Amino acid sequence: MNELAIITKNLTKRFDRFTAVDKMNLQIPKGSIYGLLGPNGAGKSTAIRMLCGVITPTEGKGDVFGLDVYKESEKIKENIGYMSQKFSLYEDLTVMENLNFYANIYSIPKKIKKERIVDIINMAGLEGKEKSMTKTLSGGWKQRLALGCCLMHKPKLLILDEPTAAVDPVSRRIFWQIIYKLTKEGITVLVTTHYMDEAESCDEVAFLFGGKIIGRGAPKEIIRKKNVKNLEDVFISYVEEQTGEKVEASFNKIKFIQSDEAGE
Amino acid sequence: MNFGRLITIVKKEFIHIIRDKASLGMAIMMPILFIFLFGYAVNTDVDHIKMAVMDMDHTIQSRELISKFKTSNYFEPTIYVQNIEELESLIDKGEVRGGIIIPSGFLKQIKKGKSAQIQFIIDGTDPTIAKTALQSGMMLTQKYSLEINNKHLEKNGLNNKSNSTIDIRTRVWYNPNLESTKFTIPGLIGLILQNVTVMLTAFSLVREKEMGTLELLIVTPIKSVELILGKMIPYIFIGAIDFLIALFFGTYWFNVSIEGSILLLMILGFGFVICSLAIGMFISTVAQNQAQAMQMTLFFILPSVLLSGFVFPIEAMPKVIQIGGNFIPLTYFLKILRGIILKGVGIHYLWKEVMVLSIVGILLLVVASVRFNKKLD
Repeated sequence: MNELAIITKNLTKRFDRFTAVDKMNLQIPKGSIYGLLGPNGAGKSTAIRMLCGVITPTEGKGDVFGLDVYKESEKIKENIGYMSQKFSLYEDLTVMENLNFYANIYSIPKKIKKERIVDIINMAGLEGKEKSMTKTLSGGWKQRLALGCCLMHKPKLLILDEPTAAVDPVSRRIFWQIIYKLTKEGITVLVTTHYMDEAESCDEVAFLFGGKIIGRGAPKEIIRKKNVKNLEDVFISYVEEQTGEKVEASFNKIKFIQSDEAGE
Repeated sequence: MNFGRLITIVKKEFIHIIRDKASLGMAIMMPILFIFLFGYAVNTDVDHIKMAVMDMDHTIQSRELISKFKTSNYFEPTIYVQNIEELESLIDKGEVRGGIIIPSGFLKQIKKGKSAQIQFIIDGTDPTIAKTALQSGMMLTQKYSLEINNKHLEKNGLNNKSNSTIDIRTRVWYNPNLESTKFTIPGLIGLILQNVTVMLTAFSLVREKEMGTLELLIVTPIKSVELILGKMIPYIFIGAIDFLIALFFGTYWFNVSIEGSILLLMILGFGFVICSLAIGMFISTVAQNQAQAMQMTLFFILPSVLLSGFVFPIEAMPKVIQIGGNFIPLTYFLKILRGIILKGVGIHYLWKEVMVLSIVGILLLVVASVRFNKKLD
């Protein structure tokens, strides 16, 4: 049996009266790619932030590599690389300065540092951009630089919050190639995304709705169980179940309705 | 605390500062601009008060009295009027601040050895001007009447030395000419220094919160103390430069000489820079965004202008407000500045103020570090 990287039991986060994450139970095996799916505001980012130690859970249990999210969040931080939704590197620093900054913050020894930075530049395909000001990079480059920075300390767990939200299709594929390569090296990945093609390449996914997990499993299995074509249909059927409202499955129909209305 | 991480933050902050030319320019130009602006504007010395003269006596005696007013430099009795209505209208229009009325028979009364009356009218809308005018007006006339008296006595062969009067010898210390710049400039140096430095750090952490870069920093092993100190250290340099600029222009340009030890002044000045940077840092940990940080900074700066004793004497305030002033670090720094610059006193007289500022500075840094516990909720 696979060892687990993340275990949560009834993990809950409330903001005043609003429950963002409601009794979440997760078991994420080491070395897997785990996808958290769900509509906007379902609690994906909140869940991730609790695991990273950015916010404190209201109740429930959370373990990352056997470390407690309440008491040992600083130790957890040594083992994880985290990319938040918003691009969060220093825009007025150059690519090299950003890399150097994170290398030093993670106290990477001088001997290894140079080599590590070169590796990251190669991995992210940032050769020749070292002296560019970060704000001048395009979305795809920025994203790969951010990934590089959070891999600086060779974390065992990579937590990505909508990493490809503002990235073109080609850059998206380059990004995921890097992720696959990393899992081959044994890294565990927890990722949220709205791209169902990305979700289908996860080992396991969980659907979040209103802070609750309403379904989980290997993508192929879920698709088979629901008897639909792809994960996108699974996503829509889950939302329909929860809200009781019909969602138009095809964009063609939506387009048809719009042109109809325009014609009136 | 990890020294390497601290240095890393310091380096990064320096890069931010150097690349943000506009902010850097502001930080350097603000003290220069403020010291000139306030240095000239905040001046309570009143002289050359415009006066209307209604001389109905037209004698040597009356003209001599008017010339006494003129030569004193406090007054400019240049506009002559014929009647009281004209005088009123001039004061109403604000063309003069007051008037001197010398009734006819002024000389005659004096010659008879009787007391002669004159009227002195002052526009009281601005009490500062009115007070100075009244005092100097009274003094001038009293002096003049004493002169007349003495002449009288001499003429009549009497020696006034037999008169036993109290002879008061006044001596004003530290500022013999009672120039208001001597009082305001040191206060101004303190005020400018406080305002610029509090603003420098008030935004530093909030900016990262808004940019999202803080979230990433939180997930690194960096300690709160390293981040807070690392962000502050570069600004100590800027603050020190600001202090030297304000001190140089304040003393050199406005001719306020430093009586005490310049070294002590610098050491304590840098100390105050650290203290007010800590105030800014504290604001930065409390505020949720830059707009809030701005509001809090203003909320802090405005009362400190009034309560610190920068222009308005603390002694004149009600007890409750005076107590409020005790919670403002600037109050203590102004005592230090005026003590060293004007009185030339040493640390023996200022250790209490130094203690208060050190405690406040250290306390705020500790509170800021604890408050910023690397969480976003």
